[in-house]
Amino acid sequence: MLVKADKTVDWDAVIADPRFQALHKKKSAFLWGLMAFSVAYYFLLPIGAAYFQELFAIRVWGPINVGLLFALSQFIVAWSVAIYYSRKANAEFDRMAAEIADDVARQGG
Amino acid sequence: MQQMQRKWVALGLVGALGLAAGPAFAVGAVSSDYQWLTFAVFAAIIGLTMYVTYVASKRVKSASDFYTAGGGISGMQNGWAIAGDYLSAASFLGIAGLISQYGYDGFMYSVGWLMAYITVLLLIAEPCRNIGKYTLSDILAYRNDPRKTRIVGALSVITVSTFYLTAQMVGGGVLVKTLVGIDYEVSVIAVGVLMLSYVLFGGMVATTWVQIIKAILLVTASVVLVMLVWTPYGFSLPAFLTDVVGDSKVQARVAALLGDASTNMTADELGQRFLEPGLYFKAPIDQISLGLALVFGTAGLPHILMRFFTVPTAQQARKSVVWAMAIIGGFYVLTLFLGFGAARFVGPAEIAAVDAGGNMAAPLLAQYLGGGANSFLGNFMLAFVSAVAFATIVAVVAGLVLAASSALAHDLYVGVFRAGETVTPQEQVKAARIATLVVGAMSIMIGIAAKGQNVAVLVGLAFAVAASANFPCVLLTLYWKRCNTAGIVAGMLVGTLSAVGLTLVSPNLTYPIAATEAAQKVLAAEPAKRESIAVALASTDAAVAAKAAKDAAALDKVIAKANADIEKNAGKRTSFMGLEKPLIGLKNPGIISIPLGFLSVLLFSLLFRDRRAEAMWNEVYARQNTGILVSRSSAH
Repeated sequence: MLVKADKTVDWDAVIADPRFQALHKKKSAFLWGLMAFSVAYYFLLPIGAAYFQELFAIRVWGPINVGLLFALSQFIVAWSVAIYYSRKANAEFDRMAAEIADDVARQGG
Repeated sequence: MQQMQRKWVALGLVGALGLAAGPAFAVGAVSSDYQWLTFAVFAAIIGLTMYVTYVASKRVKSASDFYTAGGGISGMQNGWAIAGDYLSAASFLGIAGLISQYGYDGFMYSVGWLMAYITVLLLIAEPCRNIGKYTLSDILAYRNDPRKTRIVGALSVITVSTFYLTAQMVGGGVLVKTLVGIDYEVSVIAVGVLMLSYVLFGGMVATTWVQIIKAILLVTASVVLVMLVWTPYGFSLPAFLTDVVGDSKVQARVAALLGDASTNMTADELGQRFLEPGLYFKAPIDQISLGLALVFGTAGLPHILMRFFTVPTAQQARKSVVWAMAIIGGFYVLTLFLGFGAARFVGPAEIAAVDAGGNMAAPLLAQYLGGGANSFLGNFMLAFVSAVAFATIVAVVAGLVLAASSALAHDLYVGVFRAGETVTPQEQVKAARIATLVVGAMSIMIGIAAKGQNVAVLVGLAFAVAASANFPCVLLTLYWKRCNTAGIVAGMLVGTLSAVGLTLVSPNLTYPIAATEAAQKVLAAEPAKRESIAVALASTDAAVAAKAAKDAAALDKVIAKANADIEKNAGKRTSFMGLEKPLIGLKNPGIISIPLGFLSVLLFSLLFRDRRAEAMWNEVYARQNTGILVSRSSAH
């Protein structure tokens, strides 16, 4: 356990900590931006399949068409988003959060 | 105690095997000469998982061990377990089947199941790990009235789990019956008894390992099949797909799907059409609604959320989602080859002849690749894939039962019924085990009672309720200061009721008038079809005559089903809900019920301000972002 009981942590002070505010700002913008991009990119697939069938049917490489490539690109995008986020979180967010948590642990005893 | 547990595990094993081997066999995909082989493979896999359960049972001492394996699972292990929990029979057999029957649309269907994990990764997994303990309701109860939120949370968890569980049970029963010919009821009982022995004795530790083993088996089996399919083409995707679209079985399938529209199309055009959208999904809005339910519903599935409590830290929770996405996504890419491979080598019509939904695509492909129905290797591979499918169902069901029984024991019994009292660890574990028995027994009974229900509708419902009730409540209590008890109670109720209600008046149910009309149409078309088959049968070309004989057999089946439909619906005019025709055209309620769920949480939170919930916001927000106070003492 980092801290013995809830009462020993001054949560308002944690939130007011400029380092927490910096973490919050950075993380929120990053997370919601990435989320919006991923959802928008995904819904292009069913929308395209429904309303842009001629575009999806254009052959690119042998029998492989735009629609198939776009569906495959969804996998690449999903994996890239996951790797991008976890790199960023491992490198930045975790370090920022750990600094705050360590301070609290020190103060809490 | 340990001695006794060992005896019980052994008894469970013998019982399950006895049940599986006892009854007379009907005709399954496996020929009776090779049925012993199937059972040998089944027994090997069951034996392995039972051994794991036996080892795990020694480690389950506290409620934390039982529900979350003491938080001692690593990120990579949890990633495999999430994949094992998520890749249900529906996605393993169902998606390969859809691709084999409808080409592109089947593959497109699989994308939403992977994209769902972006939501889990970015918004849900880490905060849940930092705030929760055993269940989804722990998160809801954190800064709200614990009694009310635990009650609605537990109800929603039990609703979602029951729909999902019923789908797995029904799907599993049908699958085992089709593959090996065991009676439906017996397969359901076998799945139930096996699953119960894992959960009851080994809790989350055993369930996790059963899920990991199953995921590894599933991925291995798929990689082997894909290698066999793809090697002859020198691992070239265009070469493989050129062969698929050039195949006459595939072209015939597209022509059958398109009907009159295909009359002026050349064979090449027909084949290429298999790689274009629109053969399965007809109404765009249905696709988008289903996409919404998948992308937001996964983040509200209690058995998936629960997995994040099994890892020690938020970092490990993050790592587990990344692993899960790699495994699940990789698996769906493999299904592309399984589905198209099955269409090319086995043939869409031949697959549909064994199971109308196409679910037998992967097993039949395995049999073909091993050398066919009369070869030892072919039957060994079919047996192996069948056993993996069986393990798949058992593992998913185990995860679901654990989630439902934790809601019953931890949220309702300990959190509400005995709120304010000290409940000893022994009592908690006992409550968890009793709840498991109750849920397990219920799932077997529901599975038997729900025979013949539409599995896709049930899975769709589970995702719709999870997306419309659980997801808005969890998301808003984590990210919105004003969110409070009133909002959560309203969101859970409105989300659940609207998702279920809209499904009950949707086109998914059977409407006797329309069903009878469709069946009569089939009967009316019969004479013309018989005539053309008779002409083909008389052909001097042996291949044409053989195909006509197959067509005749297929037509017999269709006619028998149409007659059965007419008989079943005779004298009935309305659906189960008393409607002559569906009130809405939507097949999945997500696009309406998800916004309704969100709106209810927002509206009722604003109407009934709760200063305490707002005052505790700083604590919730600081904790979910920093991981302060996360218990590390129990990590092994």
